[in-house]
Amino acid sequence: MEKRVTFRGWLLPLCLIAPQVIISAVFFFYPAGQAIWQSLFIPDPFGLSMQYVGLGNFEFLLSDKFYRASFVTTAIFSILVTLASMIPALFLAVLADRLIKGSGVYRTLLIWPYAVAPAVAGVLWLFMFNTRVGVVSWYLGQLGYDWNHVLNGGEAMGLVVVASAWGRISYNFLFFFAALQAVPRSVIEAAAIDGAHFWRRFFTIVLPLLSPTTFFLLVVNVVYSFFETFGVIHTITSGGPQQSTTILVYKVFSDGFVGQDLGSSSAQSVILLIVVGLLTVIQFKFVEKRVHY
Amino acid sequence: MARERHGMVEKRGAGLWLTHVLMIAGILVIFFPIWLAFVASTVTQPEIVRPPMPLWPGDQFFENYRAALFSGVNVPVATMLLNSLVMAIGIAVGKIIISLLSAFAIVYFRFPGRTFFFWMIFLTLMLPVEVRIVPTYEVVAGFGMLNSYSGLIFPLIASATATFLFRQFFLTIPDELAEAARVDGARPMRFFWDIVVPMSRTNVAALFVILFIYGWNQYLWPLLITTDPEMNTIVMGIKQMFPSGDDVADWPVIMATSILAMIPPVIVVVSMQKLFIRGLVDSEK
Repeated sequence: MEKRVTFRGWLLPLCLIAPQVIISAVFFFYPAGQAIWQSLFIPDPFGLSMQYVGLGNFEFLLSDKFYRASFVTTAIFSILVTLASMIPALFLAVLADRLIKGSGVYRTLLIWPYAVAPAVAGVLWLFMFNTRVGVVSWYLGQLGYDWNHVLNGGEAMGLVVVASAWGRISYNFLFFFAALQAVPRSVIEAAAIDGAHFWRRFFTIVLPLLSPTTFFLLVVNVVYSFFETFGVIHTITSGGPQQSTTILVYKVFSDGFVGQDLGSSSAQSVILLIVVGLLTVIQFKFVEKRVHY
Repeated sequence: MARERHGMVEKRGAGLWLTHVLMIAGILVIFFPIWLAFVASTVTQPEIVRPPMPLWPGDQFFENYRAALFSGVNVPVATMLLNSLVMAIGIAVGKIIISLLSAFAIVYFRFPGRTFFFWMIFLTLMLPVEVRIVPTYEVVAGFGMLNSYSGLIFPLIASATATFLFRQFFLTIPDELAEAARVDGARPMRFFWDIVVPMSRTNVAALFVILFIYGWNQYLWPLLITTDPEMNTIVMGIKQMFPSGDDVADWPVIMATSILAMIPPVIVVVSMQKLFIRGLVDSEK
């Protein structure tokens, strides 16, 4: 879509667009180019010179069992976060949609966790499950279950998943609630007259009508769990124990900043760039569909 | 319409009560972590380190919050709050200004490179800071912007989302308005200030809510570039309050800080709820 009426001149619009273009070039494109460039080299041990290795960094990475493990960890983590944030959100949205009075109050309360930063959510959940002072871990101990996410990789994964999904419930709830409110009333009533009870109506009519929203949220939540959960992982587990919660973004950070392995970190950045690119394309393809829906 | 459906199809009595009960139970579960943090911020350290800690607030509220705000662990939390405020407002206002300007240029002018710049802005969507950590750090270090507000703000300020949102909105402004402005001999910037900006008020406000929270909740970037505790933001500073090694963390102060870290964004979201939901839905389109 284009405007028919436009203003004349080319200097003014160039000045107007300049701030954004300059910032994008300096802080987005130049660093991304650097990442691609550096991924083709390895620095010598003293950091004095760079040796060209072609795709050597990538070959090394893809054959590195820790990196491959990090891919699997990221996949498991993002699937679990997506499910753990969408299912409760849908359940709460269905409840809120059934209520005439009070749904506004519930909605206000449910928005809260969205505003809590992932890193702060990490601290709250760490406090509850802390092996020394945590209330939940203490009560679990009373029940005979010895909770220790510092040593047990599965428990560590469970904790970072729950802490990451917690704030997202608010977000997903808002989208599901809006979608439920838009379900045509006549369809529901027709089904009700035919004698379909609530859950039958839900699974045969409402859920299929929600599918555009559901698919949209699937993509958005996967993107979230890939890129925005760094704070949760860093505060709760720092990627451990034994790298069992080291997702890809965390590995770029730990190899690049903690390990100072520039070549590998840059190659990882490039792989992540490809992942983001794919996710963005999926998101946009879908958004186009949604517009026509 | 919505009401009618409930009238016809909805269960009454027991079913309705059950719905309320489940809803309240869900909310209590979701609020439990926040409640526990609040309780921990009102009791003494010995009450926490000898589990189980109480589940009802104690009488140390003022002591703990005073200790956090004015002493903190590495740096007073009041300083971190100020840093977060500057960063969040800087990012939100900066993104809105540069996006308004570039969207205006793209929609209301034909100039060389227009399509190129449009795609360039689009591509920044694919370059979140998380994937260009090390080189962006090097650029910022090269400019001498480590441990500075400009270093916290500028690398996060270019936003394709906001530009597209404004572009989308500008396209809905009737052509007659621009036509009339042109006939009157109004300069483009006059049109921008007198017509476009006032008409975009609601969009600006909705976007501000979303971007303020985005800026406030940043973690990785401040962690990388603020090595000086004086420049820490509150969200990243909490983790720095944990002692390394085997020392026991100062839980009451840390939990008071966590509560302080969530108050500003929660106030923004809850008080501007309608705008927030609108901004959320718009920015995902």
